[in-house]
Amino acid sequence: MEKTYTCINCPLGCQVKAVISEGKVISLSGNTCEKGEKYVVKEVERPSRLVTSTVKVIGGRGPLVSVRTREEIPKEHIFDVMDEINKVVLKAPVGLGDVIIKDIFGTDVISTCEMEEK
Amino acid sequence: MKKDLVVIGAGPAGLAAAISAYEEGIRDILIVERDNLLGGILNQCIHPGFGLFTFGEELTGPEYAARYIAKVKELGIEYMLDTMVMDITRDKVVTLSSGLKLEAGAIILAMGCRERPRGALNISGTRPSGIFTAGTAQRLMNIEGYMPGKEVVILGSGDIGLIMARRMTLEGAKVKMVVEIKEKSGGLARNIAQCLDDFNIPLLLNTTVTKIHGKDRVTGVTLSTGEYVSCDTILLSVGLIPENELSKKCGVRLEEGSNNIICSEDLMTDVDGVFCSGNVHHVHDLVDNVTKEAIKAGKSAAIYLRR
Ligand code: SF4
Repeated sequence: MEKTYTCINCPLGCQVKAVISEGKVISLSGNTCEKGEKYVVKEVERPSRLVTSTVKVIGGRGPLVSVRTREEIPKEHIFDVMDEINKVVLKAPVGLGDVIIKDIFGTDVISTCEMEEK
Repeated sequence: MKKDLVVIGAGPAGLAAAISAYEEGIRDILIVERDNLLGGILNQCIHPGFGLFTFGEELTGPEYAARYIAKVKELGIEYMLDTMVMDITRDKVVTLSSGLKLEAGAIILAMGCRERPRGALNISGTRPSGIFTAGTAQRLMNIEGYMPGKEVVILGSGDIGLIMARRMTLEGAKVKMVVEIKEKSGGLARNIAQCLDDFNIPLLLNTTVTKIHGKDRVTGVTLSTGEYVSCDTILLSVGLIPENELSKKCGVRLEEGSNNIICSEDLMTDVDGVFCSGNVHHVHDLVDNVTKEAIKAGKSAAIYLRR
C-alpha cells in the first residue's frame, strides 16, 4: 500500500510518500530531513500527539491555566486525556511547568503558564 | 519625561526588541502594553508549534512568551501594563492613556496585527449572534473560559481557524466543515493534517458562505454550492492585517491594501528614529521569524541612539 503523509514536525509540512506492508513502513520519499522519516514511521505504527488545553483555576488573575501533555500520547486516547483534564480544578497560584495530572498514558499533564493569585 | 527607547507592545516582537536593545547597551527603555500581562497574543495560543527554530524545541505560545518575559524581568527592563498609547508625533512624543507624555529618543512599533473584520465580507442575510472571528473565539475559550458554540462552520482556512477547529472539537463542539473560497488553504499543511484530518473535519475548497440564516442566533448557512448547513456558530478566519492606526498618526508610510509598513533594510520607517518589528511591519507566518526581526529592530534602534 502507498500512502502520503504530511509531516507535522515543522512548518515546511513535507508530503512524505510511504510504502506500507503489514503495518510496517518499507520505504519513504519526499521528506526533507530525517525527522520526517521518524514521524511517518511513528504515524504508521503508533500515531501519537501532544494534547494542549486549559484547566479551571480558582482565585487566580484569570479563570484558566493552559496545560499540555509533557510528551505525546497515543492518538486514540486524545479524548480520554481531555476528559481527565476537564475534571481538574486548580487553586492559584500555579507555576509554569507544575504537574497538573501525574502519570497519564506514560506522561504527565503540566501547566504551560504562570497563574498568580488575584 | 524623557526615555531613550519606547517600545509599543509587549508581544513577542516588543519583548525581543527591548531585550535586543538592552543587550546593545541601551538601558533607559520602557515597554508599553495595553493588556494586563506581558506576552501579547501568545497567551491565548495554547497550542504547540512555537520556537522550533529559536530554541530547537516545540513550545506552546505561553511557554515561548515566558522565556522572553523572564529575560525582561531579569534584565530589569521597565514596562507598563494596562496602558494604551494614545498618540505618537513625528518628533517622537508618545502620549499614554494615563496622560503621561514621553519624549522618546527612538521608538519601536510592535503592536502586532488584528483580524480582518467580518464587515469586509459580503454575505447577505441577517446579522444574528454567534459570529466570531477565530481569534476572538480563541480568546473566549482559552483566556476567559467561555465556549462560543456547539455546532460550528469555519469560513476561511487561515491558521487560526484551523487551530480553532481542533480546539473546539476537543472541547466537545461539532465542527462541521471549513470552507475556503480559494483553491488552496492559506494555512500551513501541518495544521490541515493535525487540526482537520486528525478529526475528520472536511475542508471544502473553492467554496464560500453566501447566506447566513437565523434571527437572534445563527441557525445555519448556505454555501456557494447551494447546500444548506445547520450550525449555531460561525468562525471567520479570513486573514490578518497589521495594526497600524497608531503608526499613521506620526506619519509612518503604509503600503496600500496590505497595510504593511514601508521601511528601510534596518527596519526604520519613513519617520526618523521610529522602527518597526513583527506583525505590525507585515504579517509573519512564524513567531520565530517575528523574534528574528525584532532582534534586528532592537539593534538598529540602539545604533541610532548611539550615533
Ligand atoms: S521532513 Fe523535516 S523538513 Fe519536512 S516537514 Fe518534517 S521536519 Fe520539516
